[in-house]
Amino acid sequence: MMRDTFITATTGLLDDDPRTALVLADISAESFAPARDRHPDRVLNVGIREQLMVGVAGGLALTGMRPFLHSYAPFAVDRAYEQLKLDLGHQDVGAVVVSIGGSYDASAEGYTHQSPGDVALLDTLEGWTVHVPGHHDEVPAMLRTAARHDDRVYVRLAAQENDRAYADGGRLRVLRRGSPLVVAVGPMLDPVLEATTGLDVTVAYTNTPRPLDAEGLRVLTESEVVMVEPYLAGTSAAAVSSALEGLPHRAMHLGVGRTEVRRYGSWRDHARAHGLDAPGLRASIVDFLG
Amino acid sequence: MTATAVQPDQLGPLLSRITGDQKHAPSAHSTLDVLWVLYDRVLRITPATVDAPDRDRFLLSKGHGPAAYYAVLAAKGFFPEQWLDGLGGWDSPLGHHPDRVRIPGVEIGTGSLGHGLGLGVGVALGLRAQGFSRTRTFVLLGDAELDEGSNHEAIAYAAATRLPITAIVVDNRSSTHGWPGGIAARFPGWDVSVVDGHDRDRLERALEPRHDRPNLVVAEVEPK
Repeated sequence: MMRDTFITATTGLLDDDPRTALVLADISAESFAPARDRHPDRVLNVGIREQLMVGVAGGLALTGMRPFLHSYAPFAVDRAYEQLKLDLGHQDVGAVVVSIGGSYDASAEGYTHQSPGDVALLDTLEGWTVHVPGHHDEVPAMLRTAARHDDRVYVRLAAQENDRAYADGGRLRVLRRGSPLVVAVGPMLDPVLEATTGLDVTVAYTNTPRPLDAEGLRVLTESEVVMVEPYLAGTSAAAVSSALEGLPHRAMHLGVGRTEVRRYGSWRDHARAHGLDAPGLRASIVDFLG
Repeated sequence: MTATAVQPDQLGPLLSRITGDQKHAPSAHSTLDVLWVLYDRVLRITPATVDAPDRDRFLLSKGHGPAAYYAVLAAKGFFPEQWLDGLGGWDSPLGHHPDRVRIPGVEIGTGSLGHGLGLGVGVALGLRAQGFSRTRTFVLLGDAELDEGSNHEAIAYAAATRLPITAIVVDNRSSTHGWPGGIAARFPGWDVSVVDGHDRDRLERALEPRHDRPNLVVAEVEPK
């Protein structure tokens, strides 16, 4: 669903704004064929060449255009990491990187098609805004906003979605009031809500973990905070620690484990294996809160 | 600092002014004549037009050994000759690899090999999409730089899309395993010319004409 929404919204942006360009590396190229027919100079499919995809985006940005680029997360980020670092960041230009697949949507394809480390990799670089939508209806506004400036933006699309969209997920948005704070990033919200049923916790949601809403975190944290993220566990540990500097607190970071799960199945199977389904989350949170 | 007053023989003193513990010195001068011909005879760019949207673009992909690049830019008035002193120092805008954010007239920051051609393809596509049909894009690489696989992604795509971009490979035979069969064989679908990298008139004749598809100029110089 998120991928379809991305294709519709980006096709609309290409129609509306001549500054917008799209660079593909075969993934989703067929879905953008109508846009490519209308805008052959701005919808570019470089073939299975992800380094070039990012380099071309950097070059387009150097001429004043606003490039969007798109592939599976492991190819757009892991494989092309140095291009993101140098062809965008070091050149002082930006782009909008829209990935699919996330941590384990490609469950049956295996680890080659999975990128639990994408957000952690971007955390080593300067100036990336990271959106992790929890529902497909949150995606179009992210893309429209990103089209209007020149900064570096990452939009991490996933198969897993929450039941409903939250229009104002850029900051921490409180959905349940209690005492210890549990922060759910993107599609982790519904499992977190289910996992914390009956527990005395505050549940806050964000679909924009970078920049992390440090002010909101300081306001909402009393003494304990649990971060639940759909990518590598602990990715936000430094950001949370920085936000809470000087405040005595205990923190737990839940997310995808480092150990490769050499099994196939569905994303639900992998969520369960990493303890990111509702029962797994509940067990971890109850254990942490004592 | 007026560009037209500078003669090629003034480059020697400028080069000698570039001091400090500069790395990769031997390769620097391999590019001097190509760079001079580009900035003196081919490129439509001056210090006054470094931000003009329709300026010709020159991208130094081979960021190693930038002394010749800096000397030519200084000779053409893109920055003061005094900048050539103290290369690589804390207070110098000039590093051992160029940074576009620090140096007027430098289109891309490079150093890590294999990035310029992909960026150049993007620049040429961006110019085409915006209707700057007279604007040309040139990328300078080294023969050893072609070892980086990223170049070959750009070479194939430029050929497939008949992109009007000019790549100049300065060949000083520094690629560890060489290019049996020649460098041109790695650029299928490109127009190709091979010239003496120190013959300024021949370089000009190779670089000046416009092509309706990608164009490779191999500038051969003495082996490193």
